[in-house]
Amino acid sequence: MMMKWKGWALATGVLAISALAQAAPPSAAMLSNACAGCHGTNGGSAGPTMPSLASQSKEAIEVAMKKFKSGERASTVMGRLAKGYSDGEIKAIAEFFSKQKLHVTAQAVDAGKVKKGASLQESNCGRCHIEDGKEGKDDTPVMASQWLPYMQMQMADYLSGKRKMPEKMKEKVDPMSKEDLEALLHFYASVK
Amino acid sequence: MTLDRRSFLKLVGAGAGAAGLPMIGRAAELMPKGAKRVVVVGGGYGGTIAAKYIRMMDKSIEVVMIERNDHFISCPFSNLYIGGILKDLSPLTIKYDKLAANHGIKVVQAEVTAIDPAAKVVTTSKGTVSYDRLVLSPGIDFRLEDMKGYDAAAMEIMPHAWKAGPQTVLLRKQLEAMKDGGTVVLSVPLSPFRCPPGPYERTSMIAHYLKAHKPKSKIVVLDANPAIASKGPLFTKGWKDNYAGIIDYRPAKKVTEVDAGKMTVLIEGLEDVKGDVVNVIPPQRAGQIAVAAGLVGDDKNWCPVNPNTFESTKQAGIHVIGDASNAGAMPKSGYSANSEAKICATNIVALMNGKELTDMSGINTCYSYITDKEAVSVAAVYAAKDGKIVAVPNSGGVSPADFSAAKMEAIFAESWLKNILTEMST
Ligand SMILES: Cc1cc2nc3c(=O)[nH]c(=O)nc-3n(C[C@H](O)[C@H](O)[C@H](O)COP(=O)(O)OP(=O)(O)OC[C@H]3O[C@@H](n4cnc5c(N)ncnc54)[C@H](O)[C@@H]3O)c2cc1C
Ligand code: HEC
Ligand code: HEC
Repeated sequence: MMMKWKGWALATGVLAISALAQAAPPSAAMLSNACAGCHGTNGGSAGPTMPSLASQSKEAIEVAMKKFKSGERASTVMGRLAKGYSDGEIKAIAEFFSKQKLHVTAQAVDAGKVKKGASLQESNCGRCHIEDGKEGKDDTPVMASQWLPYMQMQMADYLSGKRKMPEKMKEKVDPMSKEDLEALLHFYASVK
Repeated sequence: MTLDRRSFLKLVGAGAGAAGLPMIGRAAELMPKGAKRVVVVGGGYGGTIAAKYIRMMDKSIEVVMIERNDHFISCPFSNLYIGGILKDLSPLTIKYDKLAANHGIKVVQAEVTAIDPAAKVVTTSKGTVSYDRLVLSPGIDFRLEDMKGYDAAAMEIMPHAWKAGPQTVLLRKQLEAMKDGGTVVLSVPLSPFRCPPGPYERTSMIAHYLKAHKPKSKIVVLDANPAIASKGPLFTKGWKDNYAGIIDYRPAKKVTEVDAGKMTVLIEGLEDVKGDVVNVIPPQRAGQIAVAAGLVGDDKNWCPVNPNTFESTKQAGIHVIGDASNAGAMPKSGYSANSEAKICATNIVALMNGKELTDMSGINTCYSYITDKEAVSVAAVYAAKDGKIVAVPNSGGVSPADFSAAKMEAIFAESWLKNILTEMST
């Protein structure tokens, strides 16, 4: 009853906004829209070194944000930003982006490398980066259509030790040649 | 032919008719208003995003965006053009056709000359447009009364380049024409002004140009503030490491007057400084249209707003975002304007549908280039607390002091620009 009156009063402007002490806590969209200035509208990035978040796995975003927040995952800016959100807010944001449509990028990939990567991915990475990278097991990130330059930067960070690889991923990645890894990233970038 | 009542009202302005005061002589209503309409003034960092997000959230609201130009040139990254790093301004220029088509926004190219808050009508150079709610994101205008001698003619001799476009091109041309061994003078106004780190990024980029092309030259920075207004230690280190002997930074030097004929600036009537190129960044206030509409606060410069809706506390039904607003802890930046636009859009849609408001949550990040390959940033998350916008405690901050991330950030900054301009134009 109260809400109805308030709604009417607000819509007609009878009730001044300042009279309303109460506002709902920030919604998932309110929180997430603020990220889009860097990650693109609804998390679809147009900048090749900035990762798309659209359709990213909920668990992967949540884990990434918490690792940024604690400093466990090195970052340039995300650590400073992630500290501004509670665990509950991070969960809401992660859910928001996971529900957005996959952002298909028109990026240049090398057809030969894509083909080679396609032949390598299932046996080496497919246990966790499932469905051609369109999904991820547990907190494994989605890599389908992710920007190639971003993935290359991340792989470089893994190989240099700046970002810590999961043990089981490391077992697969360490024996691989640079060329094969590069081919795999071209493959994932090409998946639509 | 006699006019029926409806076309008569259309002719004199539907808004005026609705208010029961037929005002003969007012320009014709450009487009008759349907059930729910938001008018957005300004197609820059704030306005485009407010228009887009309102339409993304509620297609039943008609959105009319009024902008004086048929394109927009970004101030962010314009310092890189001045420093000779960008060849031209095309990567910084957006058009509105895709934005309009993708979201069904009605874009009107016109100058807004007056606002009638009682009748809820704006007057433009092309006719009147009535609204249910109005969003203003007009950016800044200059307080020329606080900079004696700095008139339109002086600006063509001593550019400000604080609105991107011909002024930006002029400043670069002057730097290119300057003899080696020349002096560039840059004056910085007291805070608050558009883009707190902007003057210091400008200094870095001019120094970068001088170092590469005119190594015997220098830049004198006359800063009205007691110290560098943003990212001080980072700029200080960046200048020491890269531009020793080129940048002469002088704090607490407030330029109050210019003499374009003599190419001098005067510091509080005490001291003259002469330059071969003079870049005057004048004191600023909210865009003229917001001032004319009586929206500025006690400081006479910026528009006080409700932190969740960005509705003016001076006029119901008018929302002010971007540089023109006083958004508490949020600085006057393009990123802030983008974030504020979304907060405002969310709560305008709630208001127009009689729904409960949502507390704001915002972000700002500003990247500043020190050299062509290194940038530093400041970042923060904002929330509403006790009716004010505050930075969330224990979050945010600036880049590491040892520049260990500076090369990476220069790369990320390019993607930031790409994303934010894509947000604005699609
Ligand atoms: C050199 C420089 C570097 C900067 N670098 C950065 C940066 O790296 N990052 C960052 O986040 N910010 C940066 N900024 C700040 C940023 O440019 C502003 O904060 C931002 O543009 C504010 O957005 P706005 O919507 O308030 O105004 P604007 O973007 O200026 O948009 C205002 C628009 O309104 C139009 N308008 C005004 N009045 C009327 C009228 N009466 N009728 C019709 N149209 C009208 C104008 O034509 C304009 O298009 C920089 C600024 C400068 C000067
Ligand atoms: C100033 C630009 C900027 C803003 C704003 C920003 N990000 Fe980021 N984001 C980055 C950058 C750059 C990276 C790469 C890590 C780094 O260096 O910080 C990144 C990485 C990420 C990643 C890791 C993705 C992956 O697959 O590895 C996630 C998740 C993320 N950001 C979420 C967010 C969320 C959620 C927000 C809003 C609360 C946000 N970002 C706001 C720039 C930004
Ligand atoms: C045992 C599971 C597993 C295997 C096998 C695996 N990964 Fe991963 N991968 C993960 C997880 C989990 C993450 C996120 C870890 C983190 O927090 O850094 C990840 C992250 C990545 C990322 C960073 C993506 C991003 O958005 O930040 C890349 C790139 C990557 N993996 C490539 C590969 C490649 C290539 C292979 C095969 C050679 C592979 N991975 C094998 C689990 C796995």
